[in-house]
Amino acid sequence: MQWDYFLNQVISHRDALLQGTAITIGVSLSAIVAGTLLGIAIGVAVTYGIKPLRWPARVYIDIIRGTPVLVLVLATFYISSAVGLDLGAFQAGVLALTLFCASHVGEILRGALQALPRGQIEAGRAIGLTFAGIFRHILFPQALRYALPTWITAAVEMVKASTLLSVIGVAELLLTTQQIISNNFLNMQFYLLAGLIYFLIDFAIEQVGRYVGRRLDRPARRTT
Amino acid sequence: MSYHFNFAPILAQWPLLLSGIGLGLLLALVSIAIGSLLGLVVAFATRAPSRWLASLAFAWISVLRNLPILVIVLFLFFGMPQLGLSLDKISSFIVALSLYTSAYMAEVFRAGLLSVPPGLIEAGQAIGLTRSRIQRDIVLPIMFRNALPAFGNNFVSLFKDTSLAATIAVPELTYYARKINSETFRVIEVWLVASLLYIVCCYAITLILRALEKRLVLEAN
Repeated sequence: MQWDYFLNQVISHRDALLQGTAITIGVSLSAIVAGTLLGIAIGVAVTYGIKPLRWPARVYIDIIRGTPVLVLVLATFYISSAVGLDLGAFQAGVLALTLFCASHVGEILRGALQALPRGQIEAGRAIGLTFAGIFRHILFPQALRYALPTWITAAVEMVKASTLLSVIGVAELLLTTQQIISNNFLNMQFYLLAGLIYFLIDFAIEQVGRYVGRRLDRPARRTT
Repeated sequence: MSYHFNFAPILAQWPLLLSGIGLGLLLALVSIAIGSLLGLVVAFATRAPSRWLASLAFAWISVLRNLPILVIVLFLFFGMPQLGLSLDKISSFIVALSLYTSAYMAEVFRAGLLSVPPGLIEAGQAIGLTRSRIQRDIVLPIMFRNALPAFGNNFVSLFKDTSLAATIAVPELTYYARKINSETFRVIEVWLVASLLYIVCCYAITLILRALEKRLVLEAN
């Protein structure tokens, strides 16, 4: 095996690899942030919304979660250009991942909110809070604690799903890797390297999630 | 905007779409079978007395769960021939999917094992059952029943993951959708139909598994 050659190739392509990694992180981060915001709205609508809000949110979650992410990515990319929405591959990809992330966050939040005792809403009402107040001060902080582990899993899924953007030509880490391979044919070594970088990113997210989870758990243990 | 929907060119290709779904289901079934067996071994290995073996099992789970499946697919299909291991694209994809899902199934079985009440094992010991009979008659049945719902979820995700086979030109549904997309230019229609087919299949799988789950739990009680 040509490991010397491989190391040389890594060094000479380091800028491309770094840029690809940066785009992977950028794509994932944008999709996680936008998808989480949209997902919170959907999760609240599906749990507490009036019927005309609840049903569309439910249908949204079921449709997006029933479709493979690759199909979502391809559909968003091709359909957006077919209807004259001039999104580039990057924007279309981020949009697809955002829609995907929102459906997961919506479902995660619904699960967490439904696990909370109903009496807490009534208690909030009894002390004169509006629904917004009840949600912000009572429901959301508790739901956050329940939902954090699954949300972290969803964030890791987003980084993994960002590889699918290579199919529509976004030069994230995987496509960059493929471009490098087409020059030097070091398939195994460069896919291993890409795998290692993805693993490190995802592992880091998991560790941060665990740390935050422990921090969130602490006051709860103290009071009980 | 006025867009004239025309589904006829897509629906005319129904034999292709159908065979695509069939292959996807087949890939998912074979991979979940291999992945579950492998996952079961890994789950038991996490509880092995040997620390070395247990850490290896945990590393297996952690590494495979944190790798994008597409990277695993491409590594196996394009990378392994460099080590002299060439598989055809379908076998290569099945290996990738089985390895990937073995990590998730290991987690499912591990959680199932942890949920077996220790009192039941002690009860088995008290009436003089051997270790292997305790495993076979007490631990495994309870573990499988507890693992059923998560198993179903994994199978549905696995079926959706078969769409990735399109990237190495395995002719499943997404592959045909892309092909019809570029041949007919009925872009919106083809992706609507493909999504709908996936959603219907996932829903049908969920319903079947739920019915199966109910029957198994009823029988067990």
